[in-house]
Amino acid sequence: MKMSGYANTNYGPPPMGQTNLVNGLPATQQQQQTAQGVAGAPPPPFSANPQQQIQQQQQQILQQKQPQQQQILSQPVPTLQSNMSKFLPPTSNSASSAALNGPTRPPSTTAQAPASNLPPHMRPPGMNGPPGAMPLTNGGGGSGDLSTNSSRTASPSLAQQAQFGGYNTKPPLSHAPSGNVTASNPQYSSASAAALSGSMQNLSINRTNGAAPANMPPPTNMQQQRQPSITPNQTQQQQTPFPSNYQANFRTNAMNAPTPLSTQPPVSQANVPPPHSTAAYAGGKPLQPPTPYTNTSFSQTAPTQTLNATAGAQPPTSQPPASSAAMFGTSRSQPILANAPPSAHPQPPQAATLANANYAPSTAVGAMQSPLPPTSAAATALQQNQLNNNTQQQTSTLRKPMYPSGPPPTLATTPQQQPQQPYAPVYQPQPGLFNGQPNTAPLQYQSQPYMQQPPPVQQQQFPQPQQQHHQQQQQQQNFPIPSGGAYNQQMSVTQAGFSRLWGQDTIDLMQNRHILSPATVTPPRIVLNNQFHESINCNPNIMRSTIAKIPESNALLQKSRLPLGILIHPFRDINSLPVIQCPNIVRCRLCRTYINPFVYFVDSKMWKCNLCYRVNELPEDFQYDPATKTYGDVMRRPEVRSSTIEFIAPSEYMLRPPQPAIYLFLFDVSIIAQQSGYLENICATLSKHLDDMPGDARTQIGFIAYNSHVHFYSMAEGYNQPHELTLLDIDDPFLPRPDNLLVNLKECKELVKDLLTQLPKRFADTHDPGSALGSALQVAYKLMQASGGRVTVFQTCLPNKGPGSLEPREDPNNRSAKDVAHLNPATDFYKRFALECSGYQIAVDLFLLNQQYSDMATISGISKYSGGCVHHFPLYQKTKPQIVDSVRQCFKRYLVRKIGFEAVMRIRCTRGLQVHTFHGNFFVRSTDLLSLPNVNPDAGYGMQISYEESLSEAKTVCFQAALLYTNSEGERRIRVHTMCLPVTGSLPEVMHAADTEAIIGLLSKMAVDRSLTSNVADAREAFINATVDIFNAFKIAQNLPSGQSGQLIAPRSLALMPLYISALLKHPAFRVGTSTRLDDRVYAMDCMKTLPLDQLMKFIYPEFYLIDALFYPNANALEDEEEEDLPDLPRLQLSAEFLDSRSIFLLDCGNLIIIYVGLNVPVNVLEGVFGVKATAELPDYLYGLPNVTSPANDILKRFILRLNDDKPYPPMVQVIRDTSTAKPQFIEKLVDDRSESSLSYYEFLQHIRTQVK
Amino acid sequence: MAFNFAAFTYIVALIGDAFLIFFAIFHVIAFDELKTDYKNPIDQCNSLNPLVLPEYLLHIFLNLLFLLCGEWFSLCINIPLIAYHIWRYKNRPIMTGAGLYDPTTVLSTDNLTKNMREGWIKLAIYLISFFYYIYGMVYALIST
Repeated sequence: MKMSGYANTNYGPPPMGQTNLVNGLPATQQQQQTAQGVAGAPPPPFSANPQQQIQQQQQQILQQKQPQQQQILSQPVPTLQSNMSKFLPPTSNSASSAALNGPTRPPSTTAQAPASNLPPHMRPPGMNGPPGAMPLTNGGGGSGDLSTNSSRTASPSLAQQAQFGGYNTKPPLSHAPSGNVTASNPQYSSASAAALSGSMQNLSINRTNGAAPANMPPPTNMQQQRQPSITPNQTQQQQTPFPSNYQANFRTNAMNAPTPLSTQPPVSQANVPPPHSTAAYAGGKPLQPPTPYTNTSFSQTAPTQTLNATAGAQPPTSQPPASSAAMFGTSRSQPILANAPPSAHPQPPQAATLANANYAPSTAVGAMQSPLPPTSAAATALQQNQLNNNTQQQTSTLRKPMYPSGPPPTLATTPQQQPQQPYAPVYQPQPGLFNGQPNTAPLQYQSQPYMQQPPPVQQQQFPQPQQQHHQQQQQQQNFPIPSGGAYNQQMSVTQAGFSRLWGQDTIDLMQNRHILSPATVTPPRIVLNNQFHESINCNPNIMRSTIAKIPESNALLQKSRLPLGILIHPFRDINSLPVIQCPNIVRCRLCRTYINPFVYFVDSKMWKCNLCYRVNELPEDFQYDPATKTYGDVMRRPEVRSSTIEFIAPSEYMLRPPQPAIYLFLFDVSIIAQQSGYLENICATLSKHLDDMPGDARTQIGFIAYNSHVHFYSMAEGYNQPHELTLLDIDDPFLPRPDNLLVNLKECKELVKDLLTQLPKRFADTHDPGSALGSALQVAYKLMQASGGRVTVFQTCLPNKGPGSLEPREDPNNRSAKDVAHLNPATDFYKRFALECSGYQIAVDLFLLNQQYSDMATISGISKYSGGCVHHFPLYQKTKPQIVDSVRQCFKRYLVRKIGFEAVMRIRCTRGLQVHTFHGNFFVRSTDLLSLPNVNPDAGYGMQISYEESLSEAKTVCFQAALLYTNSEGERRIRVHTMCLPVTGSLPEVMHAADTEAIIGLLSKMAVDRSLTSNVADAREAFINATVDIFNAFKIAQNLPSGQSGQLIAPRSLALMPLYISALLKHPAFRVGTSTRLDDRVYAMDCMKTLPLDQLMKFIYPEFYLIDALFYPNANALEDEEEEDLPDLPRLQLSAEFLDSRSIFLLDCGNLIIIYVGLNVPVNVLEGVFGVKATAELPDYLYGLPNVTSPANDILKRFILRLNDDKPYPPMVQVIRDTSTAKPQFIEKLVDDRSESSLSYYEFLQHIRTQVK
Repeated sequence: MAFNFAAFTYIVALIGDAFLIFFAIFHVIAFDELKTDYKNPIDQCNSLNPLVLPEYLLHIFLNLLFLLCGEWFSLCINIPLIAYHIWRYKNRPIMTGAGLYDPTTVLSTDNLTKNMREGWIKLAIYLISFFYYIYGMVYALIST
């Protein structure tokens, strides 16, 4: 969704100009034409491609279409196509075509500038300014080109150069300045390139026919706001060359940026192409939403109230992400929103972000300046609140002075603001205020943590008379593109703001203790230059790199000290996946890479592999579009349009006929298992979901039970009931009979159900303490050998009979010792077994429902190396309904989820890189091939990447994960994910492109390895060292003064790293000094290795919400809205300082949701949610939400439902009241606080600071 | 010119060293095959692991002979390698069979490069010591 703006704006000219023209027009232009065509009247056939429509609505796949949508909505221009073709250049004029193409974008970019979804770092400086107001005639060429290419690498000259060579244009950075100069003053530089003039023409065309979404004459009030601020700088600007006035320019523009936004409804900028938009808005204007915002932004008084007012007045829309936007967009925006495809939504929220951001700096800056020493753990939000309030009233002059070398002041806003919001309800419990706050304000931060916010300087300038447009535009164009760190060093106010625009701002962690932005941090956007502008990258949920820009050499990577790797979740459940069947799948002949959106088409017959650079031929039929059944442009092929795609594989991809789904269940029926009573639960669940298990008519199922002996169940068609065969010789196990042990599920369903009802009772009277897991596995292996499949093992105790029997190793008295022993397996029996299984495509999944130590470290080997999964439910007892329930949920998900059999996954990367280490459950069969006998949708994998050679030749780096599997219907399929990342040679850029979550994901995996090969203490040290190293590297990258400064400067991208590292150090997997059962620790480590990143982050750092806002419906202004409106609640840091006795909190740990009820929660809320009159009436242990029919209970349920959206199965909900004996369970999760054996987050920060030299 | 125990030792050492060179070459080739995807790591480990102990034992046996006949210098130049072998075998992954190589970890890049380097270094050592043993043999034969 986030990419929309980017997709929207970037009609990058194809690099080769002519060469990749197909059908006489560059592909991009064709797209545009298509867009126009859609806008005009009859949609061309392929744009109506239903498949793509669906994709679009689902995820970000194929967002190129978005502009079309918007145009449809906003302005049907019948004459458009002819006009378009006029300015779409003839193929011969490739140079001007490049330039021409540019201008079509600039307007759109500028139009969106304030609201833009462009990530800050790709935002050209020109966009800082009064974006919407830029008259096209003037600014179009210059800033337009800037913005089109955006990122650093952007410049018009680049666009022009593109014609000369596809891959080897000069390093982007070198272009930047020159590009800027030419671009910046099209009007004044008489020698402006022909391309530019062409572009200006083009713009005017655009303007008249509205072809491109250029936001032209902005609503008047926008202009008013924006212009005044220019005055001080105008004259200076016109005369001085840019380096000298750069700062001044920048300052004003940076200041201005938010203003237009605040005045103009976001939707207008985002969705409506401006030429017509003025007219279109005329009707809308009477609403005049701007006024309240302007007030907030300028006067800075009582921002919260104003916000509340507006928030209250405007009904939020149904989409959670867009809801805030809708609020700010005011009612008129809603029809547009409603019509627009979902992918178009992300823009509005960001617009809103900006709008709202105005009020934020004031408070926070004030707080920053007031001598607020970061008191250690005791610095309560209350204090800060007061501070904020006080400082708000200070005059704006006070805001001007900034930390000369310190962090940009606005940075403080987010963290400082946070504590305030959660507390708002506490201190002012009026529903209105209460609601407005959490609903609106925090949300904005969340939607764009990197978003530009106005540096609060020079606010006084605003109330000044209106000025001409030209000068202002000129200002914008004057900004040179910064070259990373050089500017950051000086850290003047303007530069601070400037770097913020590029997402390169820094933050002093010591000053900003409340660092967690109010919502899940979005992964840094991957910005590709020119030719792949519109190519849609892989969904970050599926594939994510630890650094969004790949360092060009190993030396540079080492300088940054960041771990390089990718995390992938290849079999993730995707709602709309393009599946294509074609006789020959196009692959590179050399490296076997699948064709993908990032390949380079030399001409209509040839393509150049983006991984090995071999030029390959395209097969004839590749020009055939399966969707529309027509011949034509290769760019229309789904392979080239979507970076996640699934092929139905032809027979070359099969070594044998696709296997049927075969499931074998192994039940431990020893006395401990009988006591725990798990069998009843499991059999009932299994019996219930027999029909839901994936599989076709060939599906087979079998059961084996084992205690000291192994019991088989033979079910043949003629039998009335299952026959039990018991194998006594467990040391040399064999199959008692060749057939009928695995039976066809469809044919024998009755027998199977019969067996499942009998099984729990069958062994109830035996008191056999033995558990011959090894023998049972061996016979299972023999049973499955012929075809492969899935073996599910339920184990409840230590295997103590037959092969693979184990001794208890854990010393219960030593659970909190410093050095953790026995993390490694005691025997390699299970590993060897798993490898054998892997060879026969058998995967073993383990459910460990143990009562006591069961040596998970050893047993889990059966799953680790066979591509299985491990589930652990310690202390399972049938008398504990909560565990019973969560096992049921988990097992149900396990049964019904998709499954891929006999799978292999290959990771390919661009020449120069190689996969260094793999993390996850699989067997590495060759250097880049993972053998996955089964693949399931809940398994994630990580790969460390290392350099083979320097990448300085390459501009982009691609990773391709291809998963070949047999689905449950016996179809061989290949799922291909491709991710493309830009290469950079600048250290600061690398640092700013870091993806903290992915880094944490990878570091945790590496730490698990370290714990196993060395010990936990080493792993803990490695965590701290990694953090210190990274901050050291950043200090060097920024040329910050060395030595102790009392600051800990972090790039925004890595600001959360210490928080997560500190949480990891207290995580059961790595903590020492706290009693942790060995099995729990091993399981936690296993989770670190196998959980997909989104779940892993919850596992490491649970989400913590203050949910009072849910229960005050009035303020939500939800009356006549649909049910789905849920306020977006701010995330809190995991600290008890946020707890309040009058509030209810929710902690989402991924596999457990804890609701914490304060002692003094108002009675009406309690009654609504829990149906009790006082908190004390809640029992100590309450699982699940009470069934109360009330709006409050309902909305909480919906909120939890939303939290569970991405989870494999709904977790257990536990309600803990303040005085409950279960409270320690909750307090334990608050990892930011200090405990008896660990540091608090702030102490940890101080520790890091002392280490950073 | 006499055929004494030292000369016999060097002759045995020469023959033994020739075997060791073959072991080292096999080792290098095997890991190269792994690197270039020619072989399944399980098969490769199965073929490599049985050879590890014989190699070590042969090497130790040769040095026992040196010890017995008092060839201290020859013994000394081999002691570091013996120590490395012992250290290496003590730190092997947990496995029931003899051997060093675990199919699940052998393919990680670190392991591959480490093993490759080890193979080349050992090959060099064995080659150098081969020529030294020739010299030692001749010396022992003519010295009396």
